[in-house]
Parts: sequence; structure tokens; C-alpha cells
Amino acid sequence: MSFFKKLKDKVSKQTDQATDKFKDGLTKTRDSFTTKVNDLIAKYRKVDEEFFEELEEILISADVGVETVMELIEELEMEVKRRNIQDTEEVKEVISEKLVEIYYGEDDEETVEALNIQKDGLSVILIVGVNGVGKTTTIGKLAYQLKQEGKNVVLAAGDTFRAGAIDQLDVWGERAGVDVIKHNEGSDPAAVIYDGIQAARSRGADVLLCDTAGRLQNKVNLMKELSKVRKVIEREIPEAPHETLLVLDATTGQNAISQAKTFKEATDVSGIVLTKLDGTARGGIVLAIRNEMNIPVKYVGLGEQITDLQPFNAHQFVYGLFGDLMTRVEQEEK
Amino acid sequence: MAFEGLADRLQGTIKKITGKGKVTEADVKEMTREVRLALLEADVNYKVVKDLIKRIKERAVGQEVMESLTPGQQVIKVVKEELTELMGGEQSKIAVANKPPTVIMMVGLQGAGKTTTTGKLANHLRKKFNRNPLLVAADVYRPAAIDQLKTLGEQLEMPVYSKGTDANPVDIANEAIAKAKEEHHDYVLIDTAGRLHIDEDLMGELTQIKEDTSPDEIFLVVDSMTGQDAVTVADSFDEQLDISGVVLTKLDGDTRGGAALSIRAVTGKPIKFAGMGEKLDQLEAFHPDRMASRILGMGDVFSLIEKAETEVDEKKAKEMQSKMRSMSFTFEDFLEQMEQVKSMGPLDELINMMPGANKMKGMKNLQVDDKQLTHIEAIIQSMTKTERVDPSVINASRKKRIAKGSGTSVAQVNRLLKQFEEMKKMMKQMTNQKKGNKGGMNLPFM
Repeated sequence: MSFFKKLKDKVSKQTDQATDKFKDGLTKTRDSFTTKVNDLIAKYRKVDEEFFEELEEILISADVGVETVMELIEELEMEVKRRNIQDTEEVKEVISEKLVEIYYGEDDEETVEALNIQKDGLSVILIVGVNGVGKTTTIGKLAYQLKQEGKNVVLAAGDTFRAGAIDQLDVWGERAGVDVIKHNEGSDPAAVIYDGIQAARSRGADVLLCDTAGRLQNKVNLMKELSKVRKVIEREIPEAPHETLLVLDATTGQNAISQAKTFKEATDVSGIVLTKLDGTARGGIVLAIRNEMNIPVKYVGLGEQITDLQPFNAHQFVYGLFGDLMTRVEQEEK
Repeated sequence: MAFEGLADRLQGTIKKITGKGKVTEADVKEMTREVRLALLEADVNYKVVKDLIKRIKERAVGQEVMESLTPGQQVIKVVKEELTELMGGEQSKIAVANKPPTVIMMVGLQGAGKTTTTGKLANHLRKKFNRNPLLVAADVYRPAAIDQLKTLGEQLEMPVYSKGTDANPVDIANEAIAKAKEEHHDYVLIDTAGRLHIDEDLMGELTQIKEDTSPDEIFLVVDSMTGQDAVTVADSFDEQLDISGVVLTKLDGDTRGGAALSIRAVTGKPIKFAGMGEKLDQLEAFHPDRMASRILGMGDVFSLIEKAETEVDEKKAKEMQSKMRSMSFTFEDFLEQMEQVKSMGPLDELINMMPGANKMKGMKNLQVDDKQLTHIEAIIQSMTKTERVDPSVINASRKKRIAKGSGTSVAQVNRLLKQFEEMKKMMKQMTNQKKGNKGGMNLPFM
């Protein structure tokens, strides 16, 4: 079975609705990428150095990290040599194959990374990230979804720094119909989170979502503050936080790698939420992060509505990105 | 490190060329490939990079390289000149309407930092030009965006016009201007909601506000960490609204900020200001030439020099130097010097600006903690006048008292005393070596 067919089968087994959401959200991305690759192939009849250079540019334009692109191109060049491919048409499949390989890695079966929520007792989820990526909004959406699943959710307003952040979380708490534990602006975030844990326990909550202030990863003191918050959580519940989610803006370029590295050091990030993927940004940087650090993407934000947070599914993501390209190859194969 | 500066990248190639009599076209090709990678790693748009490289190649293959002493340096120079030219000159002027109030509209994607920038800009207008701005909360979509602007207004003690979340942003803007006229505000800053450039409804709303209020400035606020998409976003906003300038935010992060170059190249609109921190006074005029250095990873030597020049009192610095030389440098002087350094900004920011600092041994991962400075300050402040001038009188019981007074430990006091002695010795060596050095630059921290 061809590679595309396998991928298509996998995707079609999943619920259509979710796939559509992905496809809609990624329309811009998919179109531009597919068009570019097809243009490239039409332009070059022969696979040569210039062809690869242009391919490199296409990948870079999707914000796939420079290092990852270089690795990929090298592998492609080797593969082309090995299979003795001359015609650019034939390279098409190899390109997609290699790209998908990065996402799946060795293990190509388990592509949905579920949140680590305990069956019994309280699960604590810590949300971290730089300023303006959408942490508070993500918490609002996540709270709504967990509530819909029948979970008892409590929010802790740990962003005591930014003006209006506590009010913002309050509004989301109302929308999702969950309680918000808060202190005054300027108070110690670790203390808010501590109170959050106590409140969640006494209410017998299933999930506590902890908001934190946005911070640029090169601010040492602020990163230390975050480690402290994590320690406070650990002290209360030894196996917590059960998830530490790093929220990344899909429009972010190479700096996302630096964000992932530094936040992982400070808080041991367990997963990524990729937000604002409904614009024209490609979010290709998650490829690089996956490739270099092996942190899985768990959710993607595809819009501003409370329901617009989708669990990340690598198959769907890749299908959304390269689906049209694959369909065309299939048709040509026939 | 994920990001290598261009200088590091070029080192290998330069080594090969040094000693050769001539720079071949192949050498230039190899060098421009490194330049290309450095620019791409800095998030400069690939199309912009392509054009640039073409021009650089043309210039570098010609005579300029041949005449230079070190071809590598020459290439960097050509690259920097090209970048600086592309970035244009410094432009941080804000329009003034013939008939007040001057209207400024703030637009951009979600999370770029519009509301914070609005607050900073209002502060800048008042502090620098003695203006009396009215802030307008026209972001009715994001939860608590109005509260955020109101809080900033309170911090600045400036009025904020708002009508809650049920009002139409276009009406809010119109009514705010009427109110500004009534109350004699000379500037009106309209904070609009973040939106995607492809969201037709919301972009239409901005066009409507623009038509109704005919703003004198429309500032596009862009996150400096934006990747390749910066071009699409800026181009789209500019096409629909004809923006008058750009404010680049979060430049206090460790991003190279190639987006700046892309935006400039695509829209031709000036980048006027840079957001350098979360505090309301951390808005600076944008310096295109420095940005060129930053994108290339060459250190921001200009900024450092300028900062030192403006912040350090020239006369005091001279006095300090003669003291250093004569070994009469005391804790009193030390304290004073610390104040001066602190007024220049966060220490790690200063160190980052030094070219090659991230290459120096030990400097790479050096993380200067401003809190440590506070501790040192507290210890010195807990000393008596005599102790500050002559630390040798500090015995065990004095140490205990100082530690207690400063909320530190005797060990910390000891450490500072020891460091101070070593520093004095070091300073003596340093100042003897380079007499006639410009004042203020050889501070013991650096």
C-alpha cells in the first residue's frame, strides 16, 4: 500500500468532524504549502542542487526550524541518490514521507497524546509560556471541555502580574461554569496556586488548572519564580503537576525552540499547546521542537470560540498540511 | 546554542581565506551561504533574504572585498550596510494633528501587546512631550481587555474612555474623540481588539474606525518573535489600513527579531518604537542600525556605548577612575557606582549588548541576578561610614551586626569583603594597563 493511502486510511477512521475542523483551520497553510511544492516540481524537471535549495526555502517559510530543514534536506538528498531518482515528480512522495516521519518518529501508531488525568483524586495542570501566547484563553477553553466531559474543574489565577489577567480568567471561569481561586493583583503566585490546591481538594475537584503570568524565557528571576510554583505543587501532591503545558503561538519563529528549551529546564514541560493556528501561520516550528526535544503537541487552538481547542492529532495535522498534495499524487498514480 | 551569530558562523570560512592572496567567487559563495543561514535563523523572511543575498553577492565579488585587509570582516560590513540601508533611518516621531486631538489607532494580532503598548505610548507622550492623552478601550471582545486598560490608566493616572463590552467599537471611538475635544485632550489613543488579518468582519470594523476618526497615526503592533508569517501579517494590515508605522514588542527577549527586517522590506513603513519590558516606561525609540547588528548576532556595541554615555555622569566617572588608580576606592564609591550601573538597565541586558560576550568563557551562561545586587547594596548600607571607608576595621562582631542589619548572613558579608579586596587589586591592574581609557566603561562588574 502506498504511503499516502495508509495515512488516508488512518485519518478516515477518525471522526469526520474533528478532521474538518483541522482542515478548515489549516486551509491557508495547506494551500500555500501544496501550491509551492507543486510549483517547484513543475519548475524543475531535474533534481539538482537548485531544486533542493528552493525546497529548503519552502520548508523554512513554514517556520520549520532551520536545523531541522537542513537535516531533512540532507536525508532527502541521500534518499534521492539511493533510489536513483531523476524526475522531480518522484521526489514528491519522498518529501511528504520524510516530513511525516519527523512527526511520528519511530512509533507511528500512537498519534494522539491524551492529557494525563488521574482516575481518582486531583490532577494538577500547570500552564506556562511567554507573554501574549494565549495561556488564559487556553485555560478557559480547556476548563470548558473538561467540564463537558463531566469533570469537576477549579481554576487558579496565578497571573498576578499583568493588569486585568485575573478578571480575564474570571470571565472564562463564568463562561465555563467553574470556580476561580484568586488573590489580589501583585500577590505571590505560588501562594495562589497553593490555595488553589487546598480549595480543589476540599471541593473534591478532579482537575485544577493553574494559570501563570507570561514571561520571556531569558528573564532568570521570573523563570525561578516558575520553578518555585512547580515546587509548591510538588510538595502538596508528590506526583503533581500531572501535566505542565507550554503554550506556543503558531506565529512564533525560531525563538519557539529557545522557549521550549528554557521552559523545559525550569518546569519540565510535558506537552505543548499550539495556539492561533487559524491564521496564516504554519506552526511548522512544532516539527523542529518535536525533532530536537521530543515534546509532544497535545492541543491546538483553531479559533476564538470556547470550543475551538482541539486535541492534537499528528495524522490529522499532517493530513491537513499536506492532504491536497497527497491526493494529487494518488490521482496521478492511477 | 540554537542561535549562532553570523560572526561565529563566518569564522571557519574566514580562516580558510586568511592567508590567501585573493578571494575567489567560491569563497564569497560559501560566505554568503553562511550569511543566508544566519538571516534565516533570525527569522528574516526567506524572500527578503534571497534579495539581500543577491545584492551582497554582487557587491562582495567586486573590488570591495579585494581591497580589504580581512575579507571576512569586509563581508560582514557589506552585509551590515545592506541591512542598515534596508532598515532605513531612525524615525520615532509621532504625528501632531493641526487641530487637536491627534488620533492614534493601535492595531495588530492577538497577543502582540497592543494594550500594554498603548499604555506605554501614553506615558511616553506625557513624559517626553508633556501631552495629555485620553486612552480609549475599544477592545470589546477579549475578556477583561477593558479592565486591563483601565488598570494601566490608574497606574498612569490617566483617564480611560470605555463603554463596556456591549458597545460597538466604532461608536466608542467616535464618542471618545468628541469627549477628548470637550475635555481638551491633545491625543487620543485607541486600543483595538487583536484580530487575524484574514478575518474580514473584524478588519472591516477597523476600516470603519479609520474612516470615521481619520487617525493621524495607525500603529501596527508586532511581536518581535514572529516568524516567517510576519510578512503576510504586516502586508495584509498595511494593504487594508495603510499603516503609518510599526511598534515592535517583546524585544527584551532573546529573539533575533528578523521580523523587523521582513516587515520593513515588505511594507516600507518605519518601525518607530520597541517594547523593552513589561513596565510602562520600557518603550524605546527603535534604532535600525542596532537592530541590524542584533539580527546578525554581532552584539549591540552602539547601544552599550550610548547607554554608558547618557547614564553615567562623565565627571563622576573620571573621579571614580582616579580613585581606582590610587586604590582609595571605598565601599561608598562602590555603592555609587552600582547605582549608576543599575540606572543603565538590567545587567544581563548590558552584557548581552557587548559584542562577543556570549563567546567569552563563562559569559555564555552567565546569568546576572539583579537580586544579588540588592543584597550587596543592603550589606553596604548596613555598614557605618567608617566601615565603608576602611573595611579593615570590620571585625567579627561588626560582621554580625552588618549581616543582621542587611538580612544576610556573615558568610555573605565575608564574601563581599573578599570580593571587594580582589576587585580593588584587579582595578589597579586594569587602570594601570589602560590609562587614558574613556571613563565609565571599565566598571568592575563587567
